[in-house]
Amino acid sequence: MKVELEADKCVASGQCVLAAMEVFDQDDDGIAILLEEQVGDDQLDNVKEAIAVCPAAAIRLVEQ
Amino acid sequence: MRRIVVVGASAAGLAAAETLRREGYDGTLTLVGDEPLAPYDRPPLSKQVLAGEWESERLALRNAEDLAGLDLDLRLGVAATGLELTDRTVKLADGTALPYDGLIVATGVRPRRLPGKSAHVLRTLGDVLMLRERLTPGRRLVVVGAGFLGAEAAAVAWQLGVHVTLLEPAPVPLAHAVGTEVGQMLTRAHLERGVELRCGVSVAEVTENGVRLADGELVEADEVLVAVGSLPNTEWLDGSGLTVGDGVVCDEYCQAAPNVYAAGDVARWYNPLFGTSMRIEHRTNAAEQGMAAARNLLHPEAGKPFAPVPYFWSDQYDMKIQAYGYLRGHDEVAVVDGDMAERRFVVAYRTGDRVGGALAVGMPPKAIRQWRQAIATGARWDETVRTTAPAVES
Repeated sequence: MKVELEADKCVASGQCVLAAMEVFDQDDDGIAILLEEQVGDDQLDNVKEAIAVCPAAAIRLVEQ
Repeated sequence: MRRIVVVGASAAGLAAAETLRREGYDGTLTLVGDEPLAPYDRPPLSKQVLAGEWESERLALRNAEDLAGLDLDLRLGVAATGLELTDRTVKLADGTALPYDGLIVATGVRPRRLPGKSAHVLRTLGDVLMLRERLTPGRRLVVVGAGFLGAEAAAVAWQLGVHVTLLEPAPVPLAHAVGTEVGQMLTRAHLERGVELRCGVSVAEVTENGVRLADGELVEADEVLVAVGSLPNTEWLDGSGLTVGDGVVCDEYCQAAPNVYAAGDVARWYNPLFGTSMRIEHRTNAAEQGMAAARNLLHPEAGKPFAPVPYFWSDQYDMKIQAYGYLRGHDEVAVVDGDMAERRFVVAYRTGDRVGGALAVGMPPKAIRQWRQAIATGARWDETVRTTAPAVES
């Protein structure tokens, strides 16, 4: 699965980092950064949690 | 459990519905919303949408494909009007009776209004589009209430070239929420830009051409925005047997009655992390609580107390304000990082002997995260906050 992040929607809450710190980080302004675009099964649940808690609906998972 | 009804199709209701599916629930899932629109996001309403930077399409919380993937029985544009706990039925305004095995109440809040003529409020997309159309350069806007919503709207209106007057009953805006010092810092941001701020005034009514204050003075305006807080949407639960008291009263599992849970702005639940009951009107809480309520409804035997560190943010002019924890009723505020005069700082809030909250303006994520951690672990104030930090009165 591939993670898509709409950085211009991001509100810098950092909720995604709390949910999946191996996939997301934040820049100095707090805007989310993708550490990995492709996520394996081991990270899938965490990424889904990040999608659910993101207060800006800025993250999506796309099937490939 | 084969029939679950979620009442409320905004952030909390959607999060609950998604979580039910993620957790493997494959029965009928009905999502009821009184607005005719598919679930959309509200925080941008008083920010990018009011500013005219975003079109409303950007607010959709999920695209049509993702929404269809949830296989919902979606009932939009119809309000719930009643609940029968004994025969487990939700009644809708169109006369439908929805039987359920499990129910999640996520009906949110609505704006408080003032007596007199109708004024603008900011809650729905329709509200903000109506206000946006009127905010043309040179017009005069009175904003009643200098809380976070009123302050955000004032900042956007100022950017649009509107003459803004903010009216606030308290001596210092937001002092009860964030402390006097931070409230004064936020106040200065308005004043520097020429936004008129009048504190300690209460508004009696909205009139044809402005608002009338309690002392009789008329403050003239072309448009009036009322941002004086909200009321939980619980009237449809009257007589149902659920306990309602400034929200749907729940235990630490977000449970209001057997197989009935509540989430989001409407839920008043016991947060064991802070040892108090609270009702939180924050975007992140809506999602987190929707998820928690859904999980506890499906797996009551493995129920988990909902013990989050509340989080909110606010954008005002060039400032991003972020806060963690439960700030209300704090005993002390201290600057723990940065400099308030430069508008780059973190303040911590003491409640009892604990770090109960933190608020940051213009600081990098790492500077804030450690304070979230301190709040989440119930860190002791005297072991966490350097005693050399300049204390400011709360």
